[in-house]
Amino acid sequence: MEGAKDASSREGHHCGGCHSEENGKFLNPTPMLNELESGPWPSFVSGFKELAERTKKPMLRGVLDQLEYSYNTKMGYWKGGLVTVDGYGAGVITRYSMIKDKIPEAAEFHTMRIQPAPGLHYNTAMMRELCDIWEKYGSGIITLHGQTGDIMLQGIEEKYVQQCFDELNEAGWDLGGAGAGMRTAVSCIGPGRCENACYDNLNLHLKALKHFVGVLHRPEWNYKLKFKFSGCPNDCTNAIMRSDLAVIGTWKDAIQIDRDEVTAWVEKKGMDALVNQVINLCPTRAISLKEGEMHIETRDCVRCMHCLNAMPKALSPGKERGISLLMGGKNTLKVGVNMGSLIIPFMKMESDEDVETFIEQIETIIEWWEDAGLDHERIGETIERVGLKQFIEGAGIEADINMVSRPRDNPYFKAPY
Amino acid sequence: MSIEVNGATYETDENGYLVNLEDWNEDIAVKLAEGEEIDLTEEHWSLVRFLRNYYDEYQIAPAVKVLTKAIAAEQGIDKKEASEFLYGLFPKGPALQACKVAGLPKPTGCV
Repeated sequence: MEGAKDASSREGHHCGGCHSEENGKFLNPTPMLNELESGPWPSFVSGFKELAERTKKPMLRGVLDQLEYSYNTKMGYWKGGLVTVDGYGAGVITRYSMIKDKIPEAAEFHTMRIQPAPGLHYNTAMMRELCDIWEKYGSGIITLHGQTGDIMLQGIEEKYVQQCFDELNEAGWDLGGAGAGMRTAVSCIGPGRCENACYDNLNLHLKALKHFVGVLHRPEWNYKLKFKFSGCPNDCTNAIMRSDLAVIGTWKDAIQIDRDEVTAWVEKKGMDALVNQVINLCPTRAISLKEGEMHIETRDCVRCMHCLNAMPKALSPGKERGISLLMGGKNTLKVGVNMGSLIIPFMKMESDEDVETFIEQIETIIEWWEDAGLDHERIGETIERVGLKQFIEGAGIEADINMVSRPRDNPYFKAPY
Repeated sequence: MSIEVNGATYETDENGYLVNLEDWNEDIAVKLAEGEEIDLTEEHWSLVRFLRNYYDEYQIAPAVKVLTKAIAAEQGIDKKEASEFLYGLFPKGPALQACKVAGLPKPTGCV
């Protein structure tokens, strides 16, 4: 515990709560943290200090002091607890200090998870209002967006949580998910601004989350369950790796080729580029030249998106579009990191009925998991434990050769563009 | 921390949960519920008794999943309604408030 000794010897000049007004500064000295500002990258320490000096919130000073202390002792001092708002069982992540006697200003620093808008785009009026409310009750620190996909409002005391939530809720915001229930979902910008979007993922995100809002706020499943909605197989939300239910846009028919645009592309970049950068890099060798014309063998195409990304004007997804559902992606838990496996190869996603069918299918899957899954077991782990066959029977899904025949040539490889 | 009921003092932890399970009686439950601003009705009592019986049997508070299922079965309603029913009785959540009133240890909350 050399570190601890070190810390106590340093305490003399920067103990928490000593309000070092003598040197005319709001913040106490934090030599260790200052090191983080010396690199070439932006530092959260600078941001923290700026905010603390501007708002003079003692809580911010306390947190910097506690972090400095942590760096000296090489120990973390935050512990959890339970704080909620009326009618909710989730959404506030508690952080109580274990050393509040030493640094009373950092006694509480809870996080409120706020659900983002699908596609992560907001109007500035709403953002301003959010910031104003947050600075009134909390620390003013916002993370856009946290790993969970939420807007993370970091740093509030328990006594202000209900009031803060009421005002945020009035302004149209809602708490995000936590605990063993549906979690906040994430979607890419989708048809809002992307030509590759194969379905309206923003609409599906909204409808699905509205449907599951009860269990988002009042978790009661085996463990967490996450949705991510990517508009196309580029998978900009990293759904395959980071969500239990990865809903990814796809198409059934041939890639659409605009011949004039192909010619224009070749004129600009040259035939070498077409051969070396597009045709030769197709992972399944689906592209060839036939009498000088670009030809794509649809049977061989695995929708890796490489050629579409390389020639965005010339090539676009097919006309028969919909979604694929992959399930079981997650980070290390009982078993190691998993990527999602293809469960539903293709489903249309155009009308409201399609959305309803989709949600019903998800309901069936969850019901199966609630019964078959163990406590603290992600759905991917349950499927792995009981076997895919048992799962698809239980969820009423028909076996399809497309579930296993090369959803991608190698799902663990993303081609560099 | 501690609470006083009928002249006797009972030890609680920093969040107001009873430290000794065997201290619990119905008067204490009323007192604990007062602290949560809840008037105990027969529906509350039946939930509290369920929690205590479950704890006696398994030495652990039931998971919310188990609780909702049991309530749904008992009342002949679906799980969604059961969840709303539970939060109607204990607005801060069955884990947080019902366990406190039932004298069970504070649930080890996860994120």
